[in-house]
Amino acid sequence: MASNVIAAPRSASMKYNRNKGGGSKFEMFAWLFMRLSGVVLVVLIFGHLFVNLMVGQGVHAIDFGFVAGKWASPFWQVWDLLMLWLAMLHGTNGVRTIINDYAEKDGTRMVLKTVLYIAALVIVVLGTLVIFTFNPCPLDASGVPLPGGFCGK
Amino acid sequence: MPTKPAGTLYRGREGMWSWVGHRVTGVVIFFFLLVHVLDTSLVRVSPEAYTSVIGTYKIPLMGLGEAGLVAAIVFHAFNGLRIIAVDFWKKGPKYQRQLLWGVLALWVIVMVPFLIRHLSIVFGGH
Ligand code: HEM
Ligand code: HEM
Repeated sequence: MASNVIAAPRSASMKYNRNKGGGSKFEMFAWLFMRLSGVVLVVLIFGHLFVNLMVGQGVHAIDFGFVAGKWASPFWQVWDLLMLWLAMLHGTNGVRTIINDYAEKDGTRMVLKTVLYIAALVIVVLGTLVIFTFNPCPLDASGVPLPGGFCGK
Repeated sequence: MPTKPAGTLYRGREGMWSWVGHRVTGVVIFFFLLVHVLDTSLVRVSPEAYTSVIGTYKIPLMGLGEAGLVAAIVFHAFNGLRIIAVDFWKKGPKYQRQLLWGVLALWVIVMVPFLIRHLSIVFGGH
């Protein structure tokens, strides 16, 4: 059991090496980013939940027309874009930390992180495209408006 | 056989459990968000695809799921602010335990009205 004892931080047997001399600053930026993005996300996500769940008919109101109504305004487009990017970067970085903590084998860690980064990239690109290519009046292959769309008037 | 010493600096109590809670809620929210962006992307398939899939969510079971998700988010958000206070506020580390009680109090203050409103929308018929 002796091997289970870990020296307390700042004890003489442990040296703190806080990135003295030119190493990568990536981890420090990641740490700071988690905190800055967190503060902004509180506002963005609480606002999102309030408008989508608490106002009017709450969840019952959500359908294609609801989304069309919100994304007709650049305000909500930018809101959702920021929320998408910040939440995905924050969440991906958080899960990266967790993988580093629990996956002990180099190979496992690499595979898990590769899957994580690919998934994150796909979701961020898809989500961004969805916000900016949204069309309230989509047409089918022969140019006829699809049912349920909003085509003027 | 563990390959590393299984020791930890945490000795249970508030500090450790708030960390466990923060980690678990963070992962839950992350996986929710992956699915959430996928289902929202159905607006680019067709209006009916989106509205019908979202329609299948409007059942009481999903209403409870949404309540659970919001409970997780609200905890993660307030505890995240607590972590930030512990890191940046001079007295933060000293009062980390009191801050956690503050987090839990705020969580109750937000969740009670939220649940009353959301569950009456979900179960209130339409
Ligand atoms: C609502 C606003 C949020 C705040 C204030 C917040 C705050 C934080 C903070 C301060 C950390 C600690 C980072 C560290 O220990 O270095 C963190 C970790 C984390 N967050 Fe958030 N966060 C928020 C939203 C989110 C969202 C939306 C997700 C998911 C998409 C998420 C997923 C995570 C994960 C997975 C971790 C890593 C947990 C760990 O290492 O134990 N967070 N968050
Ligand atoms: C059960 C609770 C939730 C409901 C009912 C909901 C509903 C919606 C709806 C209807 C949209 C379409 C656009 C809009 O309304 O702005 C949307 C988009 C979005 N939501 Fe949520 N949401 C919920 C929770 C969340 C949470 C917790 C997050 C963050 C972690 C989030 C992040 C997003 C993002 C990033 C988009 C934009 C997606 C895209 O780019 O295609 N949502 N949500």
